[in-house]
Amino acid sequence: MASSQQSKYKVRKEYNEPIEAPDLTVKSWLRWIWKQLTSMKIALFLLLLLAAAAIPGSIYPQRSADPNGVALYFKNNPELAKFLDTLQLFDVYASSWFSAIYLLLFISLIGCLLPRIAVHYKALRELPPAPPTNLSRLPVYKKVNKETNSLQSAFEYLKSNKYKTVVSSDPKTEEILEIRAEKGYLRETGNLVFHISLVGVLISVALGGALSFNGQRVLVEGDTFVNNRAAYDSFTPGLLFTENELAPFSMRLDQFSITYDYINPANYAKPLDFRANVTTSVKGKQSQQLIRVNEPIGLPNAKVYLTGNGFAPEIVVRDIQGNITFSGPVVFLPQDGNMTSLGVIKVPDAPKQFGMMAFFYPTVGKLATGALTSTHPYPFDPVMTVNVYVGDLGLDKGMNSNVYELDTHSLKQIAGGKSGTKALKLVPGETVDLPQGLGTIELKSIKRFASLDITYNPLDIWVLITVVITFFGLILMLLIPRRRIWIRKTAEGAEIGALAKSRDESLERIVKEIAQTMKKSK
Amino acid sequence: MNPAALNTELATTSRLLVLIALTVYVVSFLVLAVSLANRAKATKQEQTKAALRIENIGLVLAGFATAIHAVGVLTRGIAANRVPWANMYEFSISGAFVVSFIYLVALFFRDIRFIATFVIGFVVLVIGSANTLFYVQVESLMPALQDYWLVIHVSVAILGTAFFTIAAALAGLLIAKSGKKKSNFLKVFPDTEKLEKLSYQFNVIGFILWTFTLIAGAIWADKAWHRFWGWDTKEVWTFIIWTIYAAYLHATTTRGWEGKKAAWLTLIGFSAVIFNFTIVNLFFKGLHVYSGL
Ligand code: HEM
Repeated sequence: MASSQQSKYKVRKEYNEPIEAPDLTVKSWLRWIWKQLTSMKIALFLLLLLAAAAIPGSIYPQRSADPNGVALYFKNNPELAKFLDTLQLFDVYASSWFSAIYLLLFISLIGCLLPRIAVHYKALRELPPAPPTNLSRLPVYKKVNKETNSLQSAFEYLKSNKYKTVVSSDPKTEEILEIRAEKGYLRETGNLVFHISLVGVLISVALGGALSFNGQRVLVEGDTFVNNRAAYDSFTPGLLFTENELAPFSMRLDQFSITYDYINPANYAKPLDFRANVTTSVKGKQSQQLIRVNEPIGLPNAKVYLTGNGFAPEIVVRDIQGNITFSGPVVFLPQDGNMTSLGVIKVPDAPKQFGMMAFFYPTVGKLATGALTSTHPYPFDPVMTVNVYVGDLGLDKGMNSNVYELDTHSLKQIAGGKSGTKALKLVPGETVDLPQGLGTIELKSIKRFASLDITYNPLDIWVLITVVITFFGLILMLLIPRRRIWIRKTAEGAEIGALAKSRDESLERIVKEIAQTMKKSK
Repeated sequence: MNPAALNTELATTSRLLVLIALTVYVVSFLVLAVSLANRAKATKQEQTKAALRIENIGLVLAGFATAIHAVGVLTRGIAANRVPWANMYEFSISGAFVVSFIYLVALFFRDIRFIATFVIGFVVLVIGSANTLFYVQVESLMPALQDYWLVIHVSVAILGTAFFTIAAALAGLLIAKSGKKKSNFLKVFPDTEKLEKLSYQFNVIGFILWTFTLIAGAIWADKAWHRFWGWDTKEVWTFIIWTIYAAYLHATTTRGWEGKKAAWLTLIGFSAVIFNFTIVNLFFKGLHVYSGL
């Protein structure tokens, strides 16, 4: 790289050199492109471009982070949305243009790094270079007058301050005539470590993402989750994920509880803590664990996070004869801060198919309009109301219908709303008759459910390791100064010249200090 | 977990203390501005000396204000029974405190008295807007924020912002100074070379702290949001800021950008910091919405 000694002292001159236009052969074109790409000018441009290219992702909703926002955008501005979508503005960080920028940047980075590693490896083994003939031309220069044997003390000073030093002495008197010293190789080492591990971060993030998976599961108290793909409510695998990454384990939700604040008027009835107590079973070994927000638990090839919760009233439906046609806890989705919840019950196997849409009020209250509402998220006074619909639920057609939705378009309402019959109203333990001889419905008890996120990224530890190394490299490269100092005996005494290879505010002070040491030791 | 009692009376006292600190800051700001104006006008040595004496008074006042401010921030924390940086009002008063504190401490290491007026002016602006725009009553932490990473991640972010702020003040001056017009006023400040050096040093420390903030944020996100990085709006802007300052470091060390060009990049970076704190917090959608408003 550096051809003469002199050019090495300047800060990376090679990045400033003009790049000649290529002649017309393919080879020289390729060389020209490569030189351009690995030039600092282009790297800087790409870095700024990357910053700018990241902005639209914070303005438009992104599919990865906010799919509902994207759907809403499409609904509100269908034309514009379509156009934006062709520009990949709803997937900025996976878009071809964003990827192109950072891939080019990293190619540029690697192209920069390889030669620098070689140069630095050599520099580490080489001795400090010979001084320029004229020391007074260096940025810091000082004369020390009428000194006798003071270069010895300067040498000791430099040694004790961990400079790499070389001395040339008079072969007869052994008096030191010249000292060359250099310090701060760790700066460049840190710089290389930083840039290399940055590549490591990118690789482990990309590869880890491809090998990872992310799944959701709603678990009602008492239910057990057995880890296999079919047991997830939704499952998003990475590109390289294979099913045998799913390790065998099971997990039962024993109890879900919430602590509310009843002490402070400012947050009255705000939830302060969510706790999911689970029993996990790994290779036959059972253990009780607690999942909280911010406190996931680790299982083989999986981390389990708590993301949401709600009520799951346990409901039993019987036909006229008393045969059970539906039984089990039903997950109700919360609709507001006081946990008014909405659930759907579909009864396909009764003589006549019917569906129910039920509202659950943990602490029931009445609005001025007469409508029911919940006044508190804790079940102090729980009530469930039920609207009943008859007709074809569409279950027999094998349609993949959503368990949380009842499509009431083609159904006839026979209880609640404008049907003429009041909605059914139940408290826990109560059984009431369904209209039109459909049988009975019982609200057996109130359970809670927890929404769990189960994720796995086999390389997340490598992301962490490379990131931490990056950080240490950064500290070294920014805080350690690299400097060279030469001291030479002259007729009048001695002269000191020094050069900083980086921004270095204390070089002058250090040269003064050396001059002091030389004086003192007279 | 038992809910901790919030002390609303103490929170009121805290607000009062912060307002008293604000008043003292305003007085300090005015005194510093007068001193600056006098120095610019000074033609004789004695006049400059007198102006410097006034500057000392301004700085002592700023010290008093910072001390009162410290108690104000501390009592807010005690009142809320947690660290005092869980919503925008609290970020602002804690952040403003760190800016003035770091600045006053830095005075012992670097001669940067000449930007006192701007730094204290910025602090006045932040506390003023915190009180009028962002004020909220003390509340307990929502479960997503109950984590020791709140202490680490946010405090380092605030610290980094303080360093970026001082660097930006220096860069702003540099730009003013390197303009064509040579006004008397600008003569008071050191030459552009000195300004650039100082600005660079504050940016470097700011960048290290910001890098740490980004890493700590990712570690926390892995616990709280189930992934270490998900391009949430706040993550996006933290990344943008980081990239701008990385570009700044490259520009200054490898491309030899000096003076005005580097200073403009500093100002662009700092605008992104302010944008991230205000516009992104208040108007952008995302997971990271803890303004409390
Ligand atoms: C992923 C993109 C990159 C990031 C985030 C990054 C970040 C950094 C940072 C923060 C510094 C510290 C500046 C200083 O020493 O004061 C630095 C230094 C440096 N970078 Fe990069 N860099 C990137 C890409 C590149 C590329 C593509 C090249 C080569 C073309 C490069 C070459 C250098 C060199 C030579 C230095 C040393 C400056 C010196 O200390 O003299 N970097 N980089």
